[in-house]
Amino acid sequence: MRGATMTHHIGFGALSYDLAHLLGGTALVLSFALLYQRRVSAVVNTYALQALVVAAAAAWQGWVQNEPQLYLTALIALVAKAIIIPLALHGIIRRLEIHRSIETAFGVFPSMAVGVLLVVLAILVVLPTTLGAATLTREDLATALSVVLLGLLAMITRRNAPTQVVGFFSLENGLILAAVGVTGMPMVVELSTAFLVLVAFTVFGLFFFRIRDRLGSLDTRRLDLVTEEPR
Amino acid sequence: MSSVFPLNPSYLVLIAPALTAAVLGAVPSWRLGVWINCAGSAATFLAALLLPWQVGRPEPYLLIDPLGVYLVVLTAFVGMTTSWFSVGYVRVEIARRRLDRRRLRLYHAMYQVFVGAMLLALLSDNLGVTWVAIEAATIAAVLVVGLPRTAEAVEASWKFFLICGVGIALALFGTIVLYLAALPVLGPGTAAMSWSTLLPAASRCDGAVLNLAFVFLLLGYGTKAGLAPFHAWMPDAHAEGPTPVSAVLAGSILNVALCVLLRLRGLLAANEAAGGGAIPPGGALMAFGLMSVLMAAFSLWPRRDVKRFFAFSSIEQSGLAAFAFGLGGPVATFAGLLHMTLHTLAKASVFQCVGRASQLKGGQTFADIGGLMASHRMLGITLAVSVIAVAALPPLGLFASEFLIGTQTILRMPWLALPLALGLLVGTWALLARLQGLCLGAPTPDRGPAPDALALLPVWLMLAAVLVLGIAMPAPVSDWLRMAAG
Repeated sequence: MRGATMTHHIGFGALSYDLAHLLGGTALVLSFALLYQRRVSAVVNTYALQALVVAAAAAWQGWVQNEPQLYLTALIALVAKAIIIPLALHGIIRRLEIHRSIETAFGVFPSMAVGVLLVVLAILVVLPTTLGAATLTREDLATALSVVLLGLLAMITRRNAPTQVVGFFSLENGLILAAVGVTGMPMVVELSTAFLVLVAFTVFGLFFFRIRDRLGSLDTRRLDLVTEEPR
Repeated sequence: MSSVFPLNPSYLVLIAPALTAAVLGAVPSWRLGVWINCAGSAATFLAALLLPWQVGRPEPYLLIDPLGVYLVVLTAFVGMTTSWFSVGYVRVEIARRRLDRRRLRLYHAMYQVFVGAMLLALLSDNLGVTWVAIEAATIAAVLVVGLPRTAEAVEASWKFFLICGVGIALALFGTIVLYLAALPVLGPGTAAMSWSTLLPAASRCDGAVLNLAFVFLLLGYGTKAGLAPFHAWMPDAHAEGPTPVSAVLAGSILNVALCVLLRLRGLLAANEAAGGGAIPPGGALMAFGLMSVLMAAFSLWPRRDVKRFFAFSSIEQSGLAAFAFGLGGPVATFAGLLHMTLHTLAKASVFQCVGRASQLKGGQTFADIGGLMASHRMLGITLAVSVIAVAALPPLGLFASEFLIGTQTILRMPWLALPLALGLLVGTWALLARLQGLCLGAPTPDRGPAPDALALLPVWLMLAAVLVLGIAMPAPVSDWLRMAAG
């Protein structure tokens, strides 16, 4: 209810508007940072920072919209995505010994250029279509879509599994940003998104295990493969 | 009815797989597990049969409409026949040591989670819950596909997870935008995310925002429906995962995604008809559908792996159903739904036969499997009938549905009939050409146990349904489909 009345007097210069923009913008800048980081651990740290910013954005929206449930979203983002997942990813990196720098598929400059184009695309798509919605919602949505698209780009430009995963998680950050920006979004989305990240992580953990497992016992399995599935 | 059960019986269909999954997770013996899996799937199917009497009953969380109920019955039926097939399949895999006992526990539990999650996705009124259910089904399927732990299986499940993960992420974004479109009309809260309140309010929603939502939902759920160009996960997941999963995957998850797209089509069409500013959704559905049909038909030819081959055929059929839904109108939608049903049954039959054949011949390439008719007559004939059904030759059911879709195309979009016919002909030709190698000619050596006499019973059950629906569809079924088609 309060959200509906707010739409009239939120605009440039209002603190709620400016701070939401600042946080959204910071998340977007961190998405760009993800594109050019060269070391795996730096990629993970950038992701953790972005998750922190998204948590702050969720908490701020909780305050602005007077929706206490958004504080919970913020807390989940903070604990799971800014702390636990990055720590676990660092653990995996250490165990798999992939500290070395990783090459991007495009090189830094082209991927930044494509990133800028994607942001322009997001703005051109979202702003003209959502004329009926509140200004803050529209601009939040454009920022969120940019983060989603940059996450996709990061997934495409990275070659090794852990950094692809980080691209995917960053995409999830964009989704949270979109969900908290829309007034009164039912809890189910925030919970499920948080749920997705947790489960996804467990699944990924399994994958990493299996990939290592496979490397450890490649010989016998290779024999198996040749007799069973000649291809 | 409601006085007998303290709970709406519609919930039984969701409780049965959930309970079975919990029991299967707790029972260490795989010999017991295969039968619990069967019993649970049969119970789910029986519960699904109660649903047609619940249609129209007001229910806060579920949407019990003809479309959802019909797909639930279909999914539960295929889930049941495939769990039956799985009994024999699992024994051979244990003997061949492709699966070990510990992993079988996971396999059986995930089988039930997968089926249960899909039923929830079909029945849920809330788009958010549908999304969570589809995500859960995806994760369960990913876990099962990776179970054989061969290098290929791990790679296939990784690819499956990444592509579908991105797909469902885009679908979630679409769901958020859809909520934004309905927000001014329905106000904050779950009403703006529920089909039952969204559909009547469709004409008053913001058309431009609906368009944006449609784009993301189409990309997201289109990925799950295996529509080109987002189909890349399907061939790998089908080829490398355990065959029972291919059989269930082939029909049901595509159907769930197509069901969401069909409901979304209704939403946009209602808004467009009322002048709300939404684009007609048919064009995009037809474009993706036609692209899938053509891409898949030509991709069938170079395939060497039998399961991969039939996965491409599923993409073709899913594309055809999407095309029919895009065409719109009661007849084309009816044809599309009929096509989905028959394809689900026929493709599950094909995968069950191929599963038996690949265990018998010790491989799943066309080079491994040949001359089944000469060495194992019953298996050969059953596989041949299944493939002929998928190829849509009369008198089996898919001929009727493809004929309907074809005539509707000629009637309403004559210039699209030519590329569509080309795709279908090339696809059918590929199926028949490969069928000759599989069933006729000199038999390849056997490297595994032959299936026992009862093993093919579920396949015959499904093929009988395909035949009956094709030549003499019972009046209640056709009435029901007409209702579902709206």
